[in-house]
Amino acid sequence: MTAFFQNLGVPFEGAWFLSTIIGILLIALPVMLAVAMIIYADRKIWAAMALRRGPNVVGPFGLLQSFADGLKVFLQETIIPSAANKTLFIIAPIITFTVALMAWAVVPFQVGVVLANINVGLLYILAISSLGVYGIVLAGWASNSKYPFYSAIRASAQMISYEVSIGFILICVVLWAGSFNLTTIVESQKGYYGFLNGNGFNPLLFPMAIMFLISAMAETARAPFDLTEAESELVAGYQTEYSSMAFALYWLGEYANVILMCALNAILFWGGYLPPVDWAPLYWVPGILWLFAKILFFFFVFSWVKATVPRYRYDQLMRLGWKIFLPTSLLFVFLVSGFLMLTRYGGAQ
Amino acid sequence: MIHVIAFYLFAAIVVCSGALTILSRNPVHSVLWLILAFFNAAGLMVLLGAEFIAMLLVIVYVGAVAVLFLFVVMMLDIDFAELRAGFVDYLPFGLLIALVLLAEIVLGIGLWSAGPIELAQRAAPVNPEMSNIQAIGALLYTRYIFLFEAAGIVLLVAMIGAIVLTHRARGGVRPQNIAKQNRRRPEDAVRNVNQPVGQGVEL
Repeated sequence: MTAFFQNLGVPFEGAWFLSTIIGILLIALPVMLAVAMIIYADRKIWAAMALRRGPNVVGPFGLLQSFADGLKVFLQETIIPSAANKTLFIIAPIITFTVALMAWAVVPFQVGVVLANINVGLLYILAISSLGVYGIVLAGWASNSKYPFYSAIRASAQMISYEVSIGFILICVVLWAGSFNLTTIVESQKGYYGFLNGNGFNPLLFPMAIMFLISAMAETARAPFDLTEAESELVAGYQTEYSSMAFALYWLGEYANVILMCALNAILFWGGYLPPVDWAPLYWVPGILWLFAKILFFFFVFSWVKATVPRYRYDQLMRLGWKIFLPTSLLFVFLVSGFLMLTRYGGAQ
Repeated sequence: MIHVIAFYLFAAIVVCSGALTILSRNPVHSVLWLILAFFNAAGLMVLLGAEFIAMLLVIVYVGAVAVLFLFVVMMLDIDFAELRAGFVDYLPFGLLIALVLLAEIVLGIGLWSAGPIELAQRAAPVNPEMSNIQAIGALLYTRYIFLFEAAGIVLLVAMIGAIVLTHRARGGVRPQNIAKQNRRRPEDAVRNVNQPVGQGVEL
């Protein structure tokens, strides 16, 4: 796109700037739309599993429900508690929301269709997702209220715990692909057994795929790991004091993070924009549709789990993170690197 | 042009937030300014072309170290007057450390540009075709492997030391045995009793 603006006579830097801005809008706006629709989908799936109807009044099949909710929230008054730390209270939801959108910069939607095709793409995602915890911690602290504070402490402990094992899981994928670049990682998943696309079909990486799925649920604080907003203990968790658009920003950021985690599942383990089977006619379908299909599938799994699995206890959550996932993922780093050492890199020397 | 603007933006924010880290009265705000400083330092690293270091800076310092700082500081009962009382006492010592650091930076730059000594060669950029990560790996795991592993052992010892110092056996806790909990079946926990009317149940 930079070339297009250069042809119009804009100097290179201006053209680069314009095309980046347009690229950001082309990603961020559809993501926001997707978040609205996916909230609707979440409620519908959840309702169907509970034998209810779910939202069905606003628009055909209730499709416009999220927009109606958005409008309602938008028209409400923003209440800032008098004891709150005002600046941080307002900044916190902005951080959560911004961080949720920032990570999309490195997600490849097709070969070459990516805003920033950087060498350290996966590290960038890890860095950005480690920022996400600040939105929650600051909300808890700035609200100056018991329950948000408890929730913030819980959330940060939970996120740090699972980031450790997520880090090791990602290392396995990176070792296999030999690169931190997400496009290279996707391309490296071509042709398992000659016809399958996806690291998940690799017996050494399949357990990592499952663990990543579970860790992703814990990292985004989705059920069954939604202890940060356990309503029976903490009212609404760190969002208790929030109202109006500030609350909506948390809501949107949370779902944007969930979609991102689904996309990461698809990209790291199930071939991203590649079709699941390495068969020529399947490549006629644009890669972006494969990616969307995979994201939607994983989102369905997330909703399914949310609808069916009861919430974990806090000690169970910590035990799963530190005593099971951490040693297992470390073991697999060892296994994967050992296997690659013996096969791809020419054996012990 | 954009590079220059970005550099001055990042550098100005680093300096300002560094100063505000010291000057702000509330320790939580201090930590947040420190985080902003880390983040913008990472931006400067990206401008230098050291994107790996930049990402590590964000992951390690912003993502882990600063979160722990924030954790501790948030839970402190802060007495502002007491906190500020020590400022003048520590000022000379602080200035001394600042001077030493400044001298080290000047010496470092001086050595870098001093000319034909081996240090300059060692610090020279490696093959530019190699990506950052490969270049660091190639040095770290060959030439500096023993130092690298020694650093790992030091960290391990520090970690074990911290655990040993703070861990104490507390009485009266009831540890969870998850395997036992999972093994438990309804038959173990539920008993159907056909109790005659008017008599209590013996459990």
